[in-house]
Amino acid sequence: MKVAVLKGGRSLERQVSLRSGARVEDALASLGHDVAPIDVGAGLVGTLRDEAPDVAFIALHGRGGEDGTVQELLEILGIPYTGPGVRACIRSIDKVAAKHELRAADVQTPDWAAFNSVAFRELGAADTLEEIEARLGFPLVVKPAAGGSSLGVHFAAGAEEVPEALVAAFSYDDRVLLERHVAGRELAVSLLNGIALPTVEARPREEDRFNYEARYEIGRTDYVCPADLGAAEGPVIDAALRAWDALGFDGFGRVDLMLGDEGPEVLEMNAIPGLTDTSLLPMAAEAAGLSFEDLCARILDLALERAGARAG
Amino acid sequence: MAEPQDQRRSPSEPPFTPHRRAHTRAHDLERYAGLFAERTRVMRSSAMRDLMEITARPEVISLAGGLPDTSTFPPSSFAAQMTRIAQESSAEALQYGPTEGFDRTKECIREVMAAEGMDPDPEDVIVTTGGQQAIDLVAKTLVDPGDPVICEAPTYPGAVPVFSSYQADTFQVSIDDDGMKIDELEALLDRLATDGRKPKFIYSVPSFQNPAGVTMSAERRRRLVQIARERELLVVEDNPYGLLRYEGEPTDPLYKLDGGDYVLYLGTFSKILSPGIRLGWLCAPPPVMEKVVLGKQASDLCTSTLTQYFVAEFFAEERWRAYIDDLAGIYRARRDAMFDALERHFPPQASWTRPEGGLFVWATLPDYIDTTDLLAKALREDVAFVPGAAAYVDGRGGSSMRLNFSSSDEGEIREGIERIGRVVAEQVDLFETITGEHKLPPPPDPPAPGSVLPFRHK
Repeated sequence: MKVAVLKGGRSLERQVSLRSGARVEDALASLGHDVAPIDVGAGLVGTLRDEAPDVAFIALHGRGGEDGTVQELLEILGIPYTGPGVRACIRSIDKVAAKHELRAADVQTPDWAAFNSVAFRELGAADTLEEIEARLGFPLVVKPAAGGSSLGVHFAAGAEEVPEALVAAFSYDDRVLLERHVAGRELAVSLLNGIALPTVEARPREEDRFNYEARYEIGRTDYVCPADLGAAEGPVIDAALRAWDALGFDGFGRVDLMLGDEGPEVLEMNAIPGLTDTSLLPMAAEAAGLSFEDLCARILDLALERAGARAG
Repeated sequence: MAEPQDQRRSPSEPPFTPHRRAHTRAHDLERYAGLFAERTRVMRSSAMRDLMEITARPEVISLAGGLPDTSTFPPSSFAAQMTRIAQESSAEALQYGPTEGFDRTKECIREVMAAEGMDPDPEDVIVTTGGQQAIDLVAKTLVDPGDPVICEAPTYPGAVPVFSSYQADTFQVSIDDDGMKIDELEALLDRLATDGRKPKFIYSVPSFQNPAGVTMSAERRRRLVQIARERELLVVEDNPYGLLRYEGEPTDPLYKLDGGDYVLYLGTFSKILSPGIRLGWLCAPPPVMEKVVLGKQASDLCTSTLTQYFVAEFFAEERWRAYIDDLAGIYRARRDAMFDALERHFPPQASWTRPEGGLFVWATLPDYIDTTDLLAKALREDVAFVPGAAAYVDGRGGSSMRLNFSSSDEGEIREGIERIGRVVAEQVDLFETITGEHKLPPPPDPPAPGSVLPFRHK
């Protein structure tokens, strides 16, 4: 089967995407597929028409690849593709939109307030900060609405740190959110066709607790899979599954959540989680006895099944 | 949740394996992590590294590089020189050479150093694979894990990983428009001395510093050399840009003032001829040189013979000074275009240095702007710079940026600075709106060329 692997692109997560793509290409080749690697750029549609793949494996992260844009193009071209469809991508790429969907579906997510820069520039939103801070408490988390990884995410320990954190987050997106900080365990539930894989727990070193950068460095954060959740396991999986349904996911995805005093709270959903050597979805799959090749094969099957179901 | 990233690039195919290497499984990671030497811990964050890699996109105007312009070197001369080497010295040029470098290369080095008033003994000179290897060899020769090393704040971003890789305990002394603050240096030396510690060396780029562009004053140079003598300390003078002066009077190198007893000198052909030939050098007194030669043997046996022949051929034509003058003319115009664009497009809350030579301007924004985050926004406008944090070992410099003017033409520089100015102005405006600050009064008159605006650090 001819598989186009879409990777790279112009997003800030280009480098991670190239690493995901390279690994997927190797796995697909070892499965015996005819692999066409495509670094996504201005000529994408032309390249796809020339290559005429049977299916596209999307290994793009961030803007362009994870937000429904490429998925929409592939729909138009009639090429089956991996991962969630357009609707789930659009809902999950924007953390604010995702949180509204989650709240509407009664999935617990930390309280938040969101702004675009126009609200500050033209509508006097700065005057509401005091109330928001009182409501959310400190420390609070400031993050750009779009984008994965930790780019632009800052903690504010007090009111004096909020403006600086907002300016930093606005460097990445025109919409940012302030979110209540949940003290507790950091968990990631990866799902394959609506079935939860073993949960991964990230355990940052104590001194790195408020340093998102540290999550990038091998050895500075420990990952445990499967996480030992005891009685909390049921509620955690339940929250992840309900998030999956609420955002209309299919194929695969990853739910990031915090397990605090008030039970699991969903932070966000990733439509195209990382697939690198060190990424969490492959780690979870492996804990479930699924090699990376098995995982890629299953993901491809799901893409073809979805296309077949539609055609049928 | 952030994805942890492997710091390796995608692996290249090993030459002899009969089948593809099985990929690392996730649980293998810990095994590898346990094998990594402590010195592989890096100062620069992965996020910044990933952003910096995006700056290589062709549509990006990159003021982030440090590249000299090699486009004006005449291809016909290059061809003639290499042809002469092929015809007259083919076997020798393709052979290994002495670890210390050829005498002919050292003659060229003496000519370059003589242009700044220095006259090293050829025995004190070793030809290295670029100036970068000279920094590495000095650190390799002198630094044990935990040894104190002193450099400037900000310092050459490429020196930081060298010091880290030998696990130096790096201290930084701030600089102003007259270079390294010697009072602060003395206070630091005293503080270290009370703990019974002494730095292995003091690393400085005294002329047209990378990244800040500033030049150490003659008075501070004299004091630094005097302190080195009194306290028996080594100073490592890194001088890649000394001959790239566009205005003002030359200042004596530390090596000249000291006579080569306590000052080790690093030079390079990279900025006056070509970085692609990877030729630099180190001058050190004989006892140090003896160890450096051993280190060089362990690293790479000898510096490229072929490019040493090339340099000798080029210098034999006796046009190297004229070539540098041509380069200086080009860079002066580009620097002036950058100054002009900064005046026009950067908001009044920003300040920047006004170097008399070299390749870089260092701009400092209000404290509340983190230039690593700002780079993400700038990249959306297809323009790039080096975030200031790369030049510090301690997380300072977050609101500064390094701007290069040698590798883009005047039009690109104007456009690039305009775009950066726009994103900076947006963030300044946003911050002031959020904090309710009133607009500051209009900026004071721009300083006269050649003077330097003081810059602040967080």
